Amino acid sequence: MTSLAELSTNPDDLIRKDRVRTPLYTDPAIFDAEMTKIFRNTWVWVAHVSEIANNGDFKMAQVGLEPVIVVRDRKGKVHVHLNRCRHRGATLCEVRKGKTSSLVCPYHGWGYSLDGKLRGVPYENGYDETTLDRNELSLKSLRVEEYNGLIFATFRDDIEPLADFLGPAKKWIDLFMKQGGGFPVKVLGEHKFRFPGNWKIQLENTTDAYHFPLVHKSFLTAVDKETEQQLDMLNNGGFVEDLGNGHSVMVMIPELIDLDDNLEAPIPEKFADLAKELVAEGYSDTEVRRIVRAAGGSGFNINLFPNLACSMAFFRVLQPVSVNETEIRHIAIGMDGGPAAANRARIRLHEFFQGPMGFGSPDDAEVWDRVQHGAQGGDEMWIMLNRGFPKEENLPDGRARSDVSAETGMRAAYDQWKRMMTV
Amino acid sequence: MTIPATTSLPVTLAEAMEFAWTEADLLDHAIYDEWLAQWTADALYIVPIEPGTTDFENSLNYAYDDHGMRKKRVERLLNGQSISASPVALTVRSLSRFRLLQADEASCELRCAQIVTEYRRGRERTYTGDVTYRLVRGPTGLQIARKVVWLINSTEALGGIGYIL
Ligand code: FES
Ligand SMILES: [Fe+2]
Repeated sequence: MTSLAELSTNPDDLIRKDRVRTPLYTDPAIFDAEMTKIFRNTWVWVAHVSEIANNGDFKMAQVGLEPVIVVRDRKGKVHVHLNRCRHRGATLCEVRKGKTSSLVCPYHGWGYSLDGKLRGVPYENGYDETTLDRNELSLKSLRVEEYNGLIFATFRDDIEPLADFLGPAKKWIDLFMKQGGGFPVKVLGEHKFRFPGNWKIQLENTTDAYHFPLVHKSFLTAVDKETEQQLDMLNNGGFVEDLGNGHSVMVMIPELIDLDDNLEAPIPEKFADLAKELVAEGYSDTEVRRIVRAAGGSGFNINLFPNLACSMAFFRVLQPVSVNETEIRHIAIGMDGGPAAANRARIRLHEFFQGPMGFGSPDDAEVWDRVQHGAQGGDEMWIMLNRGFPKEENLPDGRARSDVSAETGMRAAYDQWKRMMTV
Repeated sequence: MTIPATTSLPVTLAEAMEFAWTEADLLDHAIYDEWLAQWTADALYIVPIEPGTTDFENSLNYAYDDHGMRKKRVERLLNGQSISASPVALTVRSLSRFRLLQADEASCELRCAQIVTEYRRGRERTYTGDVTYRLVRGPTGLQIARKVVWLINSTEALGGIGYIL
């Protein structure tokens, strides 16, 4: 294939503002380049703080294809280490999450402290100072920064601080975290599933409201009338906004932008039982209203390039596996220290739509699968991203905004993709 | 089923096995009305994520279905609105290695192995797990009070499962 060559000589043959060509989903060379040029060169989301809440807590994650360990050391500092021993390179950890006091390699027993320093080398007399300088053999650690509970890592020491990278997305992240209902947001579990397609198909979907009424018809049939109306997202006056650096926000239910607003509104029918339970547990009227309003989640999706979406009531993480394989995690979140009844309500809502057995996700997975299957034919054909393009308005700072069904968010992501891939 | 409604004998392995096989047959052959009638009114159908979970109610599961949700799931398989269930996956499930963990006159706890092979759109996939049943004697015979499907790979990334496990 010559597609990658085309990308460096004439990128417009492969990617334009309002369309991209099929090899973006199918060319293994493009995939390899993405892993280096994108995932090794930007901030990649690795964890939510609640997943490693206490000192010694760790979880496995990936930055691109590279396995990492996210760990909180004895002093409470978060590190992201490459999950690779400095001796012969075995992974140190194959346990998804847990608690530990050190990281010991199972192959020859080299031991590292949680901050990554090499501490113990068995039968050390086989080495002398010229062959083994412990200070040079710490774990390879990535740069780590956090914003409002979201932990990101990068291989690059010289790119902008996380806060600058997120830019206008920060405001939306703050709004999103209000679904803690006055409590900190906490991870409650996750659904993981795979589909046989390229990761960008999933990246596009998080900012695609256009598909919702059709693909999620069976879900909309199963919910109550009130919810169905709320999810009539193409007719609710929502919008999509480019947030810069590949990020975007898609507002589907404008009245659920700020969960602190409108607390005096009547409690929705579907949360009547929850409200009763909270009253019985002794929560005040204001608390009950706040918690109930937060329980259903926010009315928008934030797409953070390249791998995280803060999507209505959960985090959606995409993990590229190969050019035509992607893993998706739907991470359920709830209220840390909040009422069990409210967290139960959130868990049940999550189970209803998300995950391999949800009423929504399998239908998403099916259409993504079909996009990849379709991509096997007609390499020269363009994938259209021009919906809502002519009607896009420019905000004072130059960012684009369009109606909710516009492909503005996808255009924002592909802009960033192109910037990073053609350097 | 011709299990006498009133008996003073504990539920036997043979009775419980026959019941579970009937359930498997109903699901594989999409006889959903009869399948829905196999459950007690307050029964739960659960597919957990974390091995060893005991507090299903407060944990995230793949499925945590009461009667209403089971009905909706069936509806989804039949109404043709779900693209992942049109066509619906064909399944064949094989249940074996049955063991009664507990039994008395009114109820029993049954555990068995289940291998479900799914075929859909040119692809075949397999889900393997343990199933634990809590069966109770109702006026017309055994009924499911609780069924938990413990997939052996529940903590891995699964494919879309557009049918009932
Ligand atoms: S590979 Fe880790 S100690 Fe040898
Ligand atoms: Fe969707």
